[in-house]
Amino acid sequence: MCNCIFIHNEDSMQPNDLDRIARQIRLRDLQTVFEAGAGHIGGEMSAIDILTALYFRVLRIWPDQPKNPERDRFVLSKGHVALALYVTLAKRGFIPEDEISTFLKPHSRLNGHPNCNKVPGVETNTGPLGHGLPVAVGMAKAAKLTGAKYHTYVMTGDGEMQEGSNWEAIASAAQFGLDNLTLIIDHNRFQQGASLKDTNNLAPFPAKLSAFGWDVTEINGNSMDEIVPALEKRGNRPHCIVAHTNKGHGISFMQDTVDWHHKVPNAEQYKIAVAELSEAL
Amino acid sequence: MKDVVTSPKLHDCRDAFVAVLERLGAENSKIVAVCNDSVGSSKLGGFKSRWPERLVNVGIAEQNMVGVGAGLANGGLLPFVCGAACFLTGRSLEQIKADIAYSNANVKLIGISSGMAYGELGPTHHSIEDFAWTRVLPNLPVVAPCDSIETAAAVEWAAQYDGPVFLRLSRVGVPDLLPAGHKFELGKANLLRDGDAVTLLANGTLTHRMMKAADILAEQGIEARVLNMASVRPIDVDAVVAAARDTGAILTAEEHSVIGGLGSAVAEFVVSEAPVPMKILGVPGIFAPTGSAEFLLDEFGMSPAAIAEAAITLIARKSRA
Repeated sequence: MCNCIFIHNEDSMQPNDLDRIARQIRLRDLQTVFEAGAGHIGGEMSAIDILTALYFRVLRIWPDQPKNPERDRFVLSKGHVALALYVTLAKRGFIPEDEISTFLKPHSRLNGHPNCNKVPGVETNTGPLGHGLPVAVGMAKAAKLTGAKYHTYVMTGDGEMQEGSNWEAIASAAQFGLDNLTLIIDHNRFQQGASLKDTNNLAPFPAKLSAFGWDVTEINGNSMDEIVPALEKRGNRPHCIVAHTNKGHGISFMQDTVDWHHKVPNAEQYKIAVAELSEAL
Repeated sequence: MKDVVTSPKLHDCRDAFVAVLERLGAENSKIVAVCNDSVGSSKLGGFKSRWPERLVNVGIAEQNMVGVGAGLANGGLLPFVCGAACFLTGRSLEQIKADIAYSNANVKLIGISSGMAYGELGPTHHSIEDFAWTRVLPNLPVVAPCDSIETAAAVEWAAQYDGPVFLRLSRVGVPDLLPAGHKFELGKANLLRDGDAVTLLANGTLTHRMMKAADILAEQGIEARVLNMASVRPIDVDAVVAAARDTGAILTAEEHSVIGGLGSAVAEFVVSEAPVPMKILGVPGIFAPTGSAEFLLDEFGMSPAAIAEAAITLIARKSRA
């Protein structure tokens, strides 16, 4: 386990640097799930590359001023992968890195879903699905009304798009002309109980978002070379990034199986996973 | 204090709400109104014509409306989210819980046409559950003013209160009861009339009916205390306990189900702090039949005469207690 402290210079963060940070975040996430005996490791692994790109390159944020009005907003609508956000926030300096070991422990401020009144860097409380996008629409609309220059990002799960509130928000974002809003759909193709296609298959997403008046970019959501330019892209309509990801990305036996939505690795599996993630550090 | 009903003129409290909202809106450009295609029913036409860009109409989409309100507050604005109380609270209860109350977002939720204001439209449009499902949420004051004066005062208070608020308004005409210049204080009841035989406790459209019931009782030599209790959460525990101790019986009435509303909130403290005979008047746990709000309130035993009768029955229980 690498516990090295990074000297951040986000502007110069290149895909290779970001990849390295993402692997460290994955490793800390895995270790924490193993030690806590709980988490949502599959969806955490699928989302970590995007979280890394956001927090270490794209977002204009100041960890020592988490409420700076000019900060870019990021809303983790798939709040059940809170641990991935906590590890990212810790690595970025919002909370102490050693606090991660309190995850899910009694009175820890790091519970299973992020709390904006306790954890600096969290913008709104999420957990029930279909909440983050409407709130992000409000954030982006506020910037339009006040003239603020911040950009709002929100990440949902692909299964989460089954919540109707998302489609209310998608329609209103287009109606309001929110070119300062980016929705990232973490399209890992699995939800809690089964694959998306065997449950309520909303895929393919691009045509649906386009029909609602959004710009759409499809990327490999586990490739920094594709993630960074997509997040930095600006247009004159709200922007949806359909990020094709792998649930459990980076850990061979977890990838693309529904089992690893919230399963916890046993000691043997943990050893294999640590070895795989450590390989490229 | 018997002459507190100074004018029989009836007021639609929505008018007081928008008058204050527009006055505050002229002073504070951060105030925005958010609605669900309810510009007319929320009486936001004036606000819209003055500041069209500050009227955020999300269309018929209440879950999005409440979430957008939370996001606008995050972006530094002061949103007043307005919609028919039945849809605002029922359709988006989880958004109110997670995005507003739990996130402690500085959003003012304005439930219009609450209770059975849409009487004839039927139970889908009645909002007689909203006290129950909002007052259990931490961080969220629940307030139901009794007249246009208290409505104006409560809106003024809500705008300066740093945190979420649920303000429950009606469109049913009510006379002014509180004195001009009244200031709203969260968690404080207003003594409208004093007496020692029984306490009549209400809010919203029921307070003036309680005053009329007290007049009927006085004609029979029974002096009732009347408390107006707009603040359902937090409740004025001191006023409730004093009412129990001083008068020995408490009768509540509300334009809400008898389950989980103002009467329940009062009973929770009466039971633990000062047990006395109590009666809760309201909609008796059923879907209401067709009729206007005024008709239905009478139908469910909340005409002034019926309230007075219930008070006499309750007073008789004191001697047996």
